[in-house]
Amino acid sequence: MGWKELPRGGSILEPGNSESRYTGDWRTFKPVIKQDKCTRCLRCWIVCPEPAIYIIDKPYATSSGRQFKFSVEVNYDYCKGCGMCVEECEPKAIDWVEEEK
Amino acid sequence: MESVLKITWKRLPLSSNFAIAQAVKDSDVDVVSAYPITPQTTVVERISEFIANGELKAEMIHVESEHSAMSAAIGASAFGARAFTATASQGLELMHELLHIASGLRLPIVMSVAARALSAPISIWGDYTDVMNARDTSWVTLIASTAQEAYDSIIQAYKIAEDPRVFLPVMVAYDGYAMSHTYEPVYVSEKADAFKDYIPKNPQWYTLNPDKPVTIGSIASPDWYYEFKYQQVVAMKNAYDVVKEADEEYGKRYERKYGIIEEDGVEGSDITFVTYGGIFGTLKESVEELRKKGEKIGLARIRLFRPFPSEDIAKIAEKTKALVVLDRAITYGVGISGPVSREIISSLYSRGIERNVYSFIIGIGQRTVTEKDMAAIYEKTKEMLASHEKQKESVYWGVRE
Repeated sequence: MGWKELPRGGSILEPGNSESRYTGDWRTFKPVIKQDKCTRCLRCWIVCPEPAIYIIDKPYATSSGRQFKFSVEVNYDYCKGCGMCVEECEPKAIDWVEEEK
Repeated sequence: MESVLKITWKRLPLSSNFAIAQAVKDSDVDVVSAYPITPQTTVVERISEFIANGELKAEMIHVESEHSAMSAAIGASAFGARAFTATASQGLELMHELLHIASGLRLPIVMSVAARALSAPISIWGDYTDVMNARDTSWVTLIASTAQEAYDSIIQAYKIAEDPRVFLPVMVAYDGYAMSHTYEPVYVSEKADAFKDYIPKNPQWYTLNPDKPVTIGSIASPDWYYEFKYQQVVAMKNAYDVVKEADEEYGKRYERKYGIIEEDGVEGSDITFVTYGGIFGTLKESVEELRKKGEKIGLARIRLFRPFPSEDIAKIAEKTKALVVLDRAITYGVGISGPVSREIISSLYSRGIERNVYSFIIGIGQRTVTEKDMAAIYEKTKEMLASHEKQKESVYWGVRE
């Protein structure tokens, strides 16, 4: 979009627009949740400032036989890559992987 | 043109400050926010009287600084109100960051500036250092040279600012003291709402309205910011035509107009004087005397400083042999230190027009400039011209060794 189409002075004409602001491209490292190691404690969900940690209605059975009714996933459209979830994850179930583009 | 409302004028003795207050009333301004500063104060004092007397229905916001004065004007304008503020000197400096915000948000605020020198040392007297310091703030800048023009320019300023091709704030500058505190006969409208056909209230800019929410003042990351600044470049460019049209329509309706550059006797002249503001009066007087002695002198007064009328000045240069530019501000650390001189030199150079442009600094901190000075400046220029002297440094006229 060029200067002709953009609203004057950087005004935003649609309310409730933060969804269309994809902050994911700020990221240089990304968190990757290892579903098998994750205990579903939801600390990452609590600390994520975006929030970009989503609780997904998807059952998961771990290799040790634990049954979870849901999964925890990262929405990479909005994850800015701050790494707080990685820092706070007790069972070290989140990897910190460099972005390659 | 639809209906031409006939205005009944009354002729009043007014200072430029009072003429501006009168124009604010006649523009039916909604919100006035200001902080007192010499020599602007009486503008807002008079507006307060109008509001207190019920002659103007407006909200007067008493603020604690010029920074807040401009902030309040921004808020009011963003709400769709017709906003006005007035300042000078240190006050204009204090609101500097807000000047960029007002223009960046594309709000049609109008402000009058009683041009005054800057501290230190403290000078409450007139020159144009404050106005020139605001050069890069993307405000359309008009410089008046009479109280009548100050009155008419404020009314025209709303026409310019609120034009959808522009949507930029407009500053109307005039000499502190020499104009702000001297009285001239001024024709003002008998009726307060006389200009409502010329400047109808119909806010077309983005305004804060709960029924139609917008975000004003958002952040722009490096991949967007540049485009918004370019919008301002285009708006400024558009402003040139809009200023011209606003003046012409004003002329048709009310029989007074000023043009972009006021000129007299430029065609075929040997030397043309160029200046701005109230000092033009002194210049006219002295040139009349010199012309009586057979000297071929042209006169030009720049009324529009931003957008800078490069084409018009080029046309003037082509009709004369040399230009003398009288600046009332200094840009430090560069040889040709008159701000308007520099604009003129660059306008001519980029058009391949070869003329000697002599830059003179005068009237700094309201150092008196008389007809005698003007005649002596003319003689000095003739000498420089005869010796084919290229000027590398401005002449600091009258500074004591």
